Amino acid sequence: MLEWLTTPYQYAFMVRALGAAVIVGIVCAIVGTYVVLRGMAFFGDALAHAILPGVATGYLISGGARDILFWWALLAALVSAFAIGAISRSTKIREDTAIGIIFTGMFALGIALISTVRNYSVDLSHFLFGDVLGVSNTDLWLTGIFGGLIILIIIAFYKELLVASFDPILAMTLRLPVRFLDYLLMVLIAVTVVVSLQTVGVALMVAMLITPSATASLLTHRLPKMMALSAMIAAFSGITGLYISYYAGVASGAAIVLSATAIFLVVWIVRIVAAGNTRQPSTKASN
Amino acid sequence: MKSIRQPEKSNYLTGHYSHHEMNSPVLRVSDLGYRYNGDWVLKEIAFELRAGERIAVVGPNGAGKSTLFKLVAGVISPMAGQIDVFGHEPGGHICIAYVPQRSQVDWNFPVSVAEVVMMGRVSKMGLFQWPSNQDWKAVKESLEAVKMQHLAKRQISELSGGQQQRVFLARALAQEAELVLMDEPFTGLDVNTQEDLFAMLESLSERKVTVMIAMHDLKLAAERFDRVMLLNHSLVGIGKPEAVFEPQKLAAAYGDHLRFVQTEEGVVALEDTCCEDGGHQHA
Repeated sequence: MLEWLTTPYQYAFMVRALGAAVIVGIVCAIVGTYVVLRGMAFFGDALAHAILPGVATGYLISGGARDILFWWALLAALVSAFAIGAISRSTKIREDTAIGIIFTGMFALGIALISTVRNYSVDLSHFLFGDVLGVSNTDLWLTGIFGGLIILIIIAFYKELLVASFDPILAMTLRLPVRFLDYLLMVLIAVTVVVSLQTVGVALMVAMLITPSATASLLTHRLPKMMALSAMIAAFSGITGLYISYYAGVASGAAIVLSATAIFLVVWIVRIVAAGNTRQPSTKASN
Repeated sequence: MKSIRQPEKSNYLTGHYSHHEMNSPVLRVSDLGYRYNGDWVLKEIAFELRAGERIAVVGPNGAGKSTLFKLVAGVISPMAGQIDVFGHEPGGHICIAYVPQRSQVDWNFPVSVAEVVMMGRVSKMGLFQWPSNQDWKAVKESLEAVKMQHLAKRQISELSGGQQQRVFLARALAQEAELVLMDEPFTGLDVNTQEDLFAMLESLSERKVTVMIAMHDLKLAAERFDRVMLLNHSLVGIGKPEAVFEPQKLAAAYGDHLRFVQTEEGVVALEDTCCEDGGHQHA
């Protein structure tokens, strides 16, 4: 059994993959708590897709060097986030419509750019579905540094983000910089998406943002606990996913997301059964 | 959105907020106007409130009550006229509390009663600061003032309607608010719970906290408030209930939606328009 567990990690690339999967899982889960609480799942999904032209540009310019992709992806994510914010603020267009326009536009631009490369289907699939087994040392460092920064910022602005998420009007009457906080959260999501690109890819990214946090929300009524539980679920999904990937030969990003989905389904069913059992005539608290 | 004056800079970073002018009323509104999609939602509104006063703001749905409250809270800026809270623009103060309608709160949000009350302290703490002993003490005292200390650790979804209302009052107390704006606090509460809320409001008045309450129930406003405001885009009347709730003014505010019934106690107005929660009567 022990051997079964350690065998994969005789390969350095598996150790790096494990590091990346765990860090990405934790960062996504903590940022994802706000994504779930504020109903920003569509925004997260859109931002993940919108980084594709950045990745493609970096790829075309560098001829395949990985670390430069990171910065181009970050640029594309930030441009998209601010464009969505600017369009929905300055016009009567609803925010979800603005998200749809920018996300598909950017994604199409990314596909167009990648399609100019000769054998593009292979490279495209790396970006779409991730390639955690190909994580380099530099990638791992960048992931660790940016992931750490994201978590530090979430802790530093904990009470402000909490108030702005729970009661925006209270945030305004307390004269908090509400617009700054909204943009801060958008930037944090953007950086998270870029950091996670290589682990799960563009298409499955939103799962890492919302599935562990949604699972945690079924288990606790406290925000700090929700963040901690969500991080644990995500890290566990990352590790489990890698084993499945190694032994069953399944694509790693898909295996990680499937693990998280399975945990969600189990918790959801357990909650339903538990709720069914306690649904006996109970005196509800009256006024 | 253009404001007439440059908004006074309140500064969360430095913790500087507008001070209170000694001889200024709590709230002075003059010639206030606000336009939305080209229509004047509010126009030519003028009134004053003194410390410790409690006023009911009534009017039909869409009369501009919520807009007035948001303007007074400094959440949006006037397009005409001026609002002064203790002699300065509302946007520079942190002494104004807005208690939202219960239907507008996300009760499933993962926070406890004490955590919601602590939110009122955020500006007092300042950037990068965590709750001090003094903040915890303020939260405890605020919860005691509304008799909710035994529920401090409850998740907010586990509260009854009256308890939910009290949590937000405690939050206003923790904020050390001197002007409290309450949006439809009585809607959906039974008679006993309404009485509890009035008892709480009484203790706010004793602390010289000024309270504006938006409500639908004309009878409750007439019976329990010394001063009422009748609003329908413009200020139809303000003053003692018997002076404001007279047929001509009510007709001006409600149009065809009110019928008048002669009873032993005088003329009683019945409102036809139904409010969001329905189910409560105006008789």
